[in-house]
Amino acid sequence: MNPLIDLSRDLALARPELLLVAFALAGAIIGAWFKDRSFTTLSTLGVVAILASGLLSVALNSGAAVEIFQGAMVVDGVAGFAKALIAISAAATLALGADYFTSTKEQRFEFPLLVALATLGMFVMVSAQDLISLYVGVELQSLAAYVLAAWRRDDARSSEAGLKYFVLSAISSGLLLFGSSFVYGFTGSIHFDAIAAAVGEGAGGIGLIFGLVLMLCALGFKMSAAPFHMWTPDVYEGAPTPITAFFAAAPKVAAVALMARLLYGPFVELTGQWQQVVAALAAISMVWGSVAALIQTNLKRLMAYSSIGNMGFALMALAAGTSKGPSSALIYLALYLPSTIGMFALILAMRRAGDSAETVSDLAGLARKRPWMATLFTMLLFSVAGIPPFAGFIGKLAVFTATIDGQVYWLAILGGVAAVVAAAYYLRLIASIWFAPPAEQLQSPSSTIMLTAVASAALSFPVLVLLLGALQSAAENAVRMSF
Amino acid sequence: MEITLAHYLFVAAALFTIGVFGIFVNRKNVIIILMSIELVLLSVNINLVAFSAHLQNLQGQIFAMMVLTVAAAEAAVGLAILVTYFRNRGNIAVEDINQMRG
Repeated sequence: MNPLIDLSRDLALARPELLLVAFALAGAIIGAWFKDRSFTTLSTLGVVAILASGLLSVALNSGAAVEIFQGAMVVDGVAGFAKALIAISAAATLALGADYFTSTKEQRFEFPLLVALATLGMFVMVSAQDLISLYVGVELQSLAAYVLAAWRRDDARSSEAGLKYFVLSAISSGLLLFGSSFVYGFTGSIHFDAIAAAVGEGAGGIGLIFGLVLMLCALGFKMSAAPFHMWTPDVYEGAPTPITAFFAAAPKVAAVALMARLLYGPFVELTGQWQQVVAALAAISMVWGSVAALIQTNLKRLMAYSSIGNMGFALMALAAGTSKGPSSALIYLALYLPSTIGMFALILAMRRAGDSAETVSDLAGLARKRPWMATLFTMLLFSVAGIPPFAGFIGKLAVFTATIDGQVYWLAILGGVAAVVAAAYYLRLIASIWFAPPAEQLQSPSSTIMLTAVASAALSFPVLVLLLGALQSAAENAVRMSF
Repeated sequence: MEITLAHYLFVAAALFTIGVFGIFVNRKNVIIILMSIELVLLSVNINLVAFSAHLQNLQGQIFAMMVLTVAAAEAAVGLAILVTYFRNRGNIAVEDINQMRG
């Protein structure tokens, strides 16, 4: 094998990542030269670059898994599917953020670059095929996210959010590494295929299980699954709202896809061992996410608990242990993302003179001020609550079907109860929007915000049920060719 | 007495535990938390290098190099965030990091 030919083929397959790298490096130079005047240009370019890299990764998906860079990364179905989701949500939140920071006069050019670098980290995560690229991807995403959380340098809450995120996330990185070192030590390789072969031959024992559980805990931390969720409400509350929207969307896909790859790739022979751990994470997340959200008054904290609960449902699908598990987790995420981004767009839209809407009572009487905005919000809330015929219901249906298929009945029952409790707090928001007396005057929202909100509400609407069949077969194909 | 793999693993596990305790038990100073994070990452390096020597396989040492590099980047970002925090609040006592519930 000629290493040069290999390298040129690998580079061609890594074009989505290279595009993001090129944008981030060129953007840093442009930004250093033109300073913050280049904010709008760089943000527009960033949206284009991220969307283009998402499209490229779908286009490069040849139908079979191809390992690149001597097995460090893999281009396959799950990677393509997850990268498309990540790119769409990162681009949408970048557009929202550019709009928001323009209106608050915080146009610092680093914003699009950091979002692009975080997206690059997520791309590496979902393509990781050995422990080193897994770790480097996770860290690239996290380091960009710490800086984004502390984006408002002169705001005490934002820098506190950044500090908390940094400290707690660094512990989870430590756990991930400690776990990885045990997996390496007890299987003799960092490469996923070699680990799978070693596990198949019965290597490992208690040391391997120990390493695997540590890695699962660390990934649960990154996707904010309870009981490793304690950073989520604070970071969501402290970070500026469009950055919270970013945290709530793209990194979740990356973490779930990475966990699916680990569990159903190298550790598929250990299903009996990890199934209980993942089921426990899912159960605690669903219950705690639903119950704790009931008493929240801050909208962003409420969204944090909502995302914890929703990660519980995605994990529930992964706990199924059958090949339906990862595909329904991907379907669930694909249907959950538009609702989240749309809700954040509407929260951004409800700015009053200089101040963003922060509390649930700010929503009061929205229906009388802006009936169409209230309608969009209601649709998105119905979707995320899983009420038929909205898209969120289809996602929940897929997850429950997978869990019952995998015969984890207790988890499915618990999930049903948690979904009902969660519906209660979504309905409380809807009641406040439609029936409470109106709060103060609203500013009129910008076109970017409304476009995002309308697009995501449209994606949550049952008219698109035709697309759902395509989505389902795409997810199932992706999983079939990857695992 | 010969130093075996188990001895290295024991030292690494002890350092890891000290690091984690340093993060959770310490109520005084954020700098100590940063030091504890470094301790955790370095204990992992002992593990990796010990396994690498034991398995006669270089991958672990390459991994350790990567961990060192990322740890340096992580410390840089962490200190930068700590500086902005200090500018806003005027102190870095751990028990004062409580503007938000949680």
